[in-house]
Amino acid sequence: MNTWVTLVDRFSRVAARGKEFGRRTRSVRRRLAVFMAVVGPGLITSNVDNDAGGIAVYTTSGAQFGYAMLWSLIPMTIALYVSEEMCARMGVVTGKGLSDLIREEFGFRSTFFVMIAAFLVDLSNTVAEFAGVAASMQIFGISKYVAVPLAAIAVWILVIRGSYRQVEKIFLVACGFYLSYAVSAFLAKPDWLFAAKQTVIPNVQMNAPYLLMLIGLVGTTIAPWQFFYLQAGFVEKRVGARQYKHARMDVLVGSISCMVIVFFIIVCCAATLHAHGMTNITDAGQAAGALIPLAGKWAGMLFAFGLLNASLFAASILPLSTAHVICEGLGFEAGLDRKLKEAPTFYLLYTLLIVVGAGIILIPKAPLLKILVLSQVANGIWLPVVLIFILLLINRRDLMGEHTNSWSFNIVAWAMSIIMIILTLVLVYVAIFEPSAAGLSGALVHPFHRLHPLVAIRQDFHHVFSII
Amino acid sequence: MLHATEVLGAETYDSLGNFVGRVKEMFIVPDEQPNRVSRLLLGRGRYRPLVARYDQIGSVAPGRVRLTTDESALDLYQPNEAWLAVRKDLLDQQIIDTNGRKVVRVNDVDLADQRTNGNTEMRITQVDVGLPGAVRRLLQGIVPPMAIRRVQERLPHRTIRWEFVNLIEPDPLRRVKLRLSSQKLAELHPADLADIMEELSPDERQSIIASLDEETAAETIAELDKRLQTQVVEKLDPERAADIIEEMSPDAAADLIQNLEPDTSKEVLDEMEHSEAREVTELMRFGENTAGGMMTTEFVVVGEDATRGEVVDYIRFHEVPPDQLDNIVLINRDAALAGTVPLARLLMADGEQRMAEITFEPLLSVKPDMRDKDVYELFDKYNLRSLTVVNEESQPIGSITVDDVVSRMRAKL
Repeated sequence: MNTWVTLVDRFSRVAARGKEFGRRTRSVRRRLAVFMAVVGPGLITSNVDNDAGGIAVYTTSGAQFGYAMLWSLIPMTIALYVSEEMCARMGVVTGKGLSDLIREEFGFRSTFFVMIAAFLVDLSNTVAEFAGVAASMQIFGISKYVAVPLAAIAVWILVIRGSYRQVEKIFLVACGFYLSYAVSAFLAKPDWLFAAKQTVIPNVQMNAPYLLMLIGLVGTTIAPWQFFYLQAGFVEKRVGARQYKHARMDVLVGSISCMVIVFFIIVCCAATLHAHGMTNITDAGQAAGALIPLAGKWAGMLFAFGLLNASLFAASILPLSTAHVICEGLGFEAGLDRKLKEAPTFYLLYTLLIVVGAGIILIPKAPLLKILVLSQVANGIWLPVVLIFILLLINRRDLMGEHTNSWSFNIVAWAMSIIMIILTLVLVYVAIFEPSAAGLSGALVHPFHRLHPLVAIRQDFHHVFSII
Repeated sequence: MLHATEVLGAETYDSLGNFVGRVKEMFIVPDEQPNRVSRLLLGRGRYRPLVARYDQIGSVAPGRVRLTTDESALDLYQPNEAWLAVRKDLLDQQIIDTNGRKVVRVNDVDLADQRTNGNTEMRITQVDVGLPGAVRRLLQGIVPPMAIRRVQERLPHRTIRWEFVNLIEPDPLRRVKLRLSSQKLAELHPADLADIMEELSPDERQSIIASLDEETAAETIAELDKRLQTQVVEKLDPERAADIIEEMSPDAAADLIQNLEPDTSKEVLDEMEHSEAREVTELMRFGENTAGGMMTTEFVVVGEDATRGEVVDYIRFHEVPPDQLDNIVLINRDAALAGTVPLARLLMADGEQRMAEITFEPLLSVKPDMRDKDVYELFDKYNLRSLTVVNEESQPIGSITVDDVVSRMRAKL
């Protein structure tokens, strides 16, 4: 009896303290609620950057060069933040999407070609995402002929059935799943101190494989389509100028979290694959398989799960974003909040991207190499165009008012863009003039095989086919 | 019929057959004629551009314009805010289709050309928002105009007649100069207008609200989604915001003011009429997800002894808005709730019948702190159209109507 009374008493005291706590934290919670209402586009966009293609490159980099490329993550975070922040600002200030602005300021013809490029490049990226689904499911022992159609249907239904807010919530949860890479990295027991040193101190090696891999890293981190998605995200969430600081914080947190995940992926591969001399790993699926004997079953499984999550995540966002951007630019109605009858072109494009993207994976003898290399070339040509559009738009005073770039920000942004443009052009040059077919000097072809996200994934198919 | 795309960039020759320049822009001068292309801007490379007036245009064909005068008769170009520029203000921009009630993007502008005493007048008939316009924009200058025309004939057309086109100009001064009227917008249903506003950028939304009268503005703002509501109201100056909010029903006003930044909400309340402000602050005391937060304080109360005839006279005399008439609330001598009479029952009753005889059974009411979920349940169970909220002394203090229930439940989906 006595104990009962004390228990009840104690409970009520705890409850009272809880209420008191609730009252005291009300303003904090209110501020948090405001932040949560804005957060999303930045976090999602940056994390989608770590898609199947990206993970392939990070894996290869970790396996081949160990910790040696970690230093590039910090400048890349800055580049990511600087470029994304401009789009976030444009979205918040003008209330219009990037393709809207390109259309209004540069006319129909420019927009049309930007949209064609968007479609082709994004289609090829979608193919890569479904390839990632196939590769990761293979680790779990599921055939791609089952996994890919199922994934395509799941992605399609998710987006068709949900409203923008619901879909975004699911996407935010998917962002959380990226932490599986952090767990994998811990299970791999890396040399944390050395990794930290390598992150801070630049370690530039002057040889072709290393430099090509570096370009590959940068190239996959900043993808042109993400700017459209990011800006549309803030417009669709109706983030006003007052909440701009929250939007900027969202972008910052997104850029950093994206790079933290990349850090874990590289560290995980460096501590296991590289340390055991398995430098020939060419893709993430292989890496996950190779991790099982080295770091335990869980590390490998989590790695594969991370890849699956990333691929599914990107496979739902990419087609969605692409369909949105194209419809917006060309003046068709678009958006998840529209019904099928109201926005037929939008849903047609969306479905087309998924069906074709997943379908190509299922064709036994498709010319994947040609498609993927071509798309990478288009991607490389497209990125400079988009970056230049962004920089021209953001400095227009009639659009942005007092929110144009400051001159110091402009210097950083232009310098970054020019570096990005040079790097991607080198990548395009390599893709065109150093085709991965036989007959080229090993030094160039070998790393190119590995660094190239899309080409690397192509090797997945051979892998998968040889099993089937 | 001509298209703006075919005329823009056209080579222009004067009456002597000399090349003057290319058409860079076409202007409508709303002060003169609302749909006539009244000026052509002729670009001449590094020389200053010239302007051809409508009565100086002799003939127009795709890619070729001939003037009736010689070059020396043309004026030098002076920018003019009161001229509507077809390329800059119309092509590729969003407009509101007041007939189809949506926002669309202009691909091209269709022109009718009429020959009148020796010159050609071009009038805008409709804007092209479909594929033919898009194809023309894409192929113009690459493929001969006749070939483009042949292609576009097979494409499905989507056009909007010029009288239904409402330009979106965020700058209020320029709106006046261009004589843009918002009359067509004000005639739309507030819910449609709200949908249209959600498509636009913040400045454009503001300009639409600025052009509406207070009542229409209030109805439209009430239909916007919550976040847009607060954004729009926060950008208004407090006086105008207060005027608009006074036109809203107290519950909608309370919801809106609650979501504003604390400073703004205080400013707005200060600007509002005293009685209205008090009513709204009363409502703001209740939690958002309670019966009190859902209710409106505008409803009809009569004594239970009143006859049907007296009540109808009362309603007519006070011109009670129809949306408050779903239910009539009865009170007894202590001002406590005595019953409610649905409109349908009132309609069927005799003139002499007492209100107490035709009340809805069972007598339902809720306290302001009841959770919204329980309120929805009551609505569902008894098929209610409205529900009375009472205070501790069981006196009616508000009424929840079914439209609020529906929109709240939908917001939760």
